[in-house]
Amino acid sequence: MLTALLIGIPLAGAALALAIRADGARRVLLIGAAAGHAALTGLVCARRPGPIAGGWLGAGDLECLFLAITSALFVAAAVYAVGYLRREGATTHADIEEGMLFRNAPEAVFTACLLLFLGAMTLTILSRHLGLLWVAMEATTLASAPLIFFHRHHRSLEATWKYLVVCSVGIALALLGNFFVVVAAEGAGPLAMTFPALTARAAALQPVWLKAAMALMVVGYGTKMGLAPLHTWLPDAHSESPSLVSALLSGALLNCAFLAILRMTGVCVAAGLGGFAREMLIALGLVSMGLAATFIIAQPDYKRLLAYSSVEHMGILSLGVGLGGVAAGGALFHAVNHSLVKAALFLAAGNLLAAYRTKQAAQTRGALRLAPWTGFVWIAGFLAITGAPPFGTFVSELTILRGAVEGGHVAVAAVYLLLLSVIFVAMAAQVLPMAWGEAPETAPGADGDSRPAEAASAILPSLALLAVALALGCWIPGWLAGTLRGAAQTVGGLWP
Amino acid sequence: MTDILILLAFLTNLKLLGSSRMYACLQATAAQGVLLAALPVVAEGGMADTRLMVTALASGLLKGALLPWLLLRAVRGADVRRELEPLVGYTLSLIAGAGMLAVSVWLAWRLPLPAGTPALLVPVAFFTLMVGLFVIIARRKAATQVLGYLAMENGIYAFGLALAHREPLVVELGILLDVFAAVFVMGITIHHINREFDSIDTGRLSALKD
Repeated sequence: MLTALLIGIPLAGAALALAIRADGARRVLLIGAAAGHAALTGLVCARRPGPIAGGWLGAGDLECLFLAITSALFVAAAVYAVGYLRREGATTHADIEEGMLFRNAPEAVFTACLLLFLGAMTLTILSRHLGLLWVAMEATTLASAPLIFFHRHHRSLEATWKYLVVCSVGIALALLGNFFVVVAAEGAGPLAMTFPALTARAAALQPVWLKAAMALMVVGYGTKMGLAPLHTWLPDAHSESPSLVSALLSGALLNCAFLAILRMTGVCVAAGLGGFAREMLIALGLVSMGLAATFIIAQPDYKRLLAYSSVEHMGILSLGVGLGGVAAGGALFHAVNHSLVKAALFLAAGNLLAAYRTKQAAQTRGALRLAPWTGFVWIAGFLAITGAPPFGTFVSELTILRGAVEGGHVAVAAVYLLLLSVIFVAMAAQVLPMAWGEAPETAPGADGDSRPAEAASAILPSLALLAVALALGCWIPGWLAGTLRGAAQTVGGLWP
Repeated sequence: MTDILILLAFLTNLKLLGSSRMYACLQATAAQGVLLAALPVVAEGGMADTRLMVTALASGLLKGALLPWLLLRAVRGADVRRELEPLVGYTLSLIAGAGMLAVSVWLAWRLPLPAGTPALLVPVAFFTLMVGLFVIIARRKAATQVLGYLAMENGIYAFGLALAHREPLVVELGILLDVFAAVFVMGITIHHINREFDSIDTGRLSALKD
């Protein structure tokens, strides 16, 4: 009942959002739905209701972990959205890069799609059935495409088209992978296509088909997760969509795809094909980190910079799961930290965009003076995302390193450390001057409201997310450690 | 009888690869969808159970009528009778098709298939999937790319047919719903592309790069 309600709230909210005419009431609805979803998530995580719908939906450790991240991020994004929508409105705007005029999508459609997106992500996380998981995953693509096309101009249109085609094609390959699993289970007698059932009977699955299925799913869901070289949609979609949407895409959606790969890895490990799956994930992880490092160096656009940093962190997650053992537990914890920090950074990027009206890092200087809170979040977020000590990311990246060394993958550990330090230096060179430096005499956006960026709704979500990331670096509460331990076990990993 | 249907579905792929006319490609994809939807019913000699009938009917209506109609609506007003400058020419596409066919047959021969699968079905399924992917890459009109996506989906559906009795009805309908929604959203996007650029040539979508 609780589990079903969790999916029902956002969907009902989406329908209501289309029906409500008044903007104010609709914004209240958005906040209300986000808060309701968060409260229910808390309840589900605490009570752990048993699987429903014949074991197709369930909330165990793995699901609760990802559910909590998604719900927390959505609350932050919803609070931010209220201020954002008030500022953006439905009037005609001049484009900041090329100066042409454009309109925004109707606010009702935007809000409804946001809630649909939340519903689809919730269903993706809770689905333990292969087919249902696929259906929900494709639904997340379709619900989020209109969000990327909020600003109706040619660049966001291009990003939307790429996102739709690349992700739909990728996910179609995952569907073929689904069918391959069904063939693999042909000889195993009657078997429900749920992950727990498959894991329990993994030894009876035909290895050839299972291997092929795993490869297809890694390609398919890996496209959605943004693993290089399948990430091509990601920088465009993240840079052109409104910042709160980028925050959700990066912090919540990529994780959903990661979860799908995790579940499939669990089945492979149980079937004795762990080695095959792990080699693939390690290779993709290192390629993603390497490619992200290449594009982060001297990246002129700060939203694309953050997008490539997401590719990097998805690489770290894939690498951690590939290494297995302690590193897999570290990867799960890293997913939590990355989501918190990256969402905070994207929201701050939205503030910078509003204050400076440019996405060029070189023209954004002195944020600490012009918009002090945003500048503060920008610097703290930079430290957190690169894994500097007091933050949770430091702990999780270190855990993955420890897993690599303990597992005897010394070469992998060395490359991992090298890439992390290259990215640290490259990001510092781009990000720090934006915060310090000399603020322009008159900020380009200063006609009218002199400080549009520093509204409470624009700052508090980022600060709260960063505060949690900081707290996690100092102290991991017992229930979280328990959840991480349980989640790591389902993919054949450990939590130290 | 099933073999004839499968062979016809195979021929629609050649049409999709070799034709420059948008409507011909649209017809080919629609016909392919209907042929594949009819396949399981024919295989059972028309005595299929309700579950099978429901999916066949839903799939046939969707792919034969609803999706082509949606696409036609989306490109209304855009001048898309022909794909004038494909990235890969039509003769070359057909030659590539021969290569893809060889790969499909080889793949189907290598994989240990469950007993009772129609011999032609799996190679044709792989072939359809590859043709779809190829069309997405080799053509520039947004609408043609959607046709490629549909062909790909048809190929996967055809593969699923061999094992359809294992997939629950809800999931199968969910997949169809997603395909419908995907084409719907893509159709809206095409409509906007056409309004913005006065053309649905995806070669114009080239502002974003590093």
